Amino acid sequence: MRFIRKTSYAQDIDLFKHNGQRFWYGILALAVLLAPLGLDRFLLGEMALVYIYAIAGVGLMLLVGYTGQVSLGHAAFLAIGAYCHAWLLNQGWPFPLALAAATGFSGVVGIAVGIPALRMTGIYLAVATLAFLVIVEQVLSHWVSVTGGFRGMPVPKAELGIDLSAPVAFYYLCLLALFLSMVAALNWLRSPTGRAMAAVRDSETSAESMGIHIAYTKTLAFGISAAFTGLAGGLFAHKIGYLAPDAFTLATSIQLLLLVVVGGLGSMHGVIYGAIFIGLLPQGIALVRDAAPPAVSQIPGLEAGVFGLILVLFLIYEPDGLYGRWRKIRLFFEEFPLYRRATHKRQKTYLRTERLR
Amino acid sequence: MTLLVADNLSVSFGGVKAVRELSFAVEPGEVFSIVGPNGAGKTTVFNLISRIYDVDEGAIVFDGQEITGLPAHGIAELGIARTFQNTELFERETVLKNLLIGCHIHRQSNLFSELFFLPSVRRGELALRQSVEDVIDLLDLQSYRDKPISELPFGARKMVEIARALCLRPRLLLLDEPSSGLNPEETEDLSFWLEDINEELGVTVMMVEHDMNLVSRASNRVLAMADGALITIGTPSEVQSHPQVQRAYLGD
Repeated sequence: MRFIRKTSYAQDIDLFKHNGQRFWYGILALAVLLAPLGLDRFLLGEMALVYIYAIAGVGLMLLVGYTGQVSLGHAAFLAIGAYCHAWLLNQGWPFPLALAAATGFSGVVGIAVGIPALRMTGIYLAVATLAFLVIVEQVLSHWVSVTGGFRGMPVPKAELGIDLSAPVAFYYLCLLALFLSMVAALNWLRSPTGRAMAAVRDSETSAESMGIHIAYTKTLAFGISAAFTGLAGGLFAHKIGYLAPDAFTLATSIQLLLLVVVGGLGSMHGVIYGAIFIGLLPQGIALVRDAAPPAVSQIPGLEAGVFGLILVLFLIYEPDGLYGRWRKIRLFFEEFPLYRRATHKRQKTYLRTERLR
Repeated sequence: MTLLVADNLSVSFGGVKAVRELSFAVEPGEVFSIVGPNGAGKTTVFNLISRIYDVDEGAIVFDGQEITGLPAHGIAELGIARTFQNTELFERETVLKNLLIGCHIHRQSNLFSELFFLPSVRRGELALRQSVEDVIDLLDLQSYRDKPISELPFGARKMVEIARALCLRPRLLLLDEPSSGLNPEETEDLSFWLEDINEELGVTVMMVEHDMNLVSRASNRVLAMADGALITIGTPSEVQSHPQVQRAYLGD
């Protein structure tokens, strides 16, 4: 068993709690930095895609996992980021400026969506954000002069002295973007802003009486979440190379939601697990499809079905997601042989004050 | 000078008059209790003060400022903190996080300094932590510090809620049935803590409470109400012996 001796309050504030964590995260950093030496182009591309999903996951996790606001419209923010970035590049903007502007614009749209969404919670909010996605899809396919409509829009190469679209450079670009997003999100989460989000998620009534401005916090969460997703969208544009409306559909939104739920709501580790999971799942399904008899492999919509099934199974059996599962396994070994299964038994919560509104 | 004045308060929900023409004044430094049978409108009074409900008629004045038009989150900034009848804690966070959220109005940082976690943010966080530790020491919550709320027994949750309200460094503390769900021993501790909070920290306390022992031990003045209307205000013994109060509780 490990006992962490705390000698200063700073230990509760620092991102790394003890030297063991520094060691393991150091090894992880070394591994992802050296990965291009050992991996071929295809695998590097897949890893870059996982990083892009993870950036969008950071955004959605802040909104769903930390602020408790569900969104089925995040594919729209991904699209806004991607189109805005590509359009600006086509206008001759330099790469970093275009990406920053796409991130910012997506954030502003997020705030604009967040304000009317203030009045809704739960399923109504999900439907409202879905409606927003439908609107964006329509705009993408009909505003031909800007988006190219169904014909689509080519994405220029990312250049900054060197060709950033080349596999190795693009890998490092995505890694850097993910690293910065993670640090930003973790910094917010250990500050009053992040705590206010958690307060809004757990009890709005009591958050209000602690002096937390609910509307501001929710709108902010929407804005930040959309900005991260927009950044992911900008990188995603380079990844797919050619933008068309059918790349950003409800299926993409569900995929992102699957990411945060399977990873584990309310944990930043979960974002990474979830991103790896949804990044690799299509490959896994493809492998199974090849091996399965034609009667199974030719079922239309097999992929969407498997995605939905996994989402439902996780919600029923492991609501804490992959990260929750990992924590349980780790605790088993840490406390061996004293581990008690009941530690993680979900208990019924006590009465709560009747909802005041 | 009086700290809180309620002037002719009325509120109704549909056809039910929950509070009717209620007036009272709370002096600084006192412990002011509200008693009454179930459904008398005691919690509604608290919800009116903390602006969760809108007042239909009348006004509430805190420290010379009318608060009836303020948003709910503005009440905390004036220094009014509260607890809830069945506890409203942030269930998925630890006790420490809950208490830090209680310090929200004392934060110094903003969105942009937090993004980079500048040294000023770190200093602010350490200062908040220090004030949280003071409250933890006062209420003996050390052993619960890093536990998530969902693992705590109900009695501890009640104390954490009071601690969270104290982290706001309030001038007026509203306690909604602080002893409900506590065992006799915990209730006894609570009465000592109430004394500490009132005398050492100089916090004015308003509480809704059913336990008459606790009420008469802890409070300076008591307001009795039934069916949303005032019966009487006086010392605990005066109120307990008031014939109309006895009738409200026991029937005719």
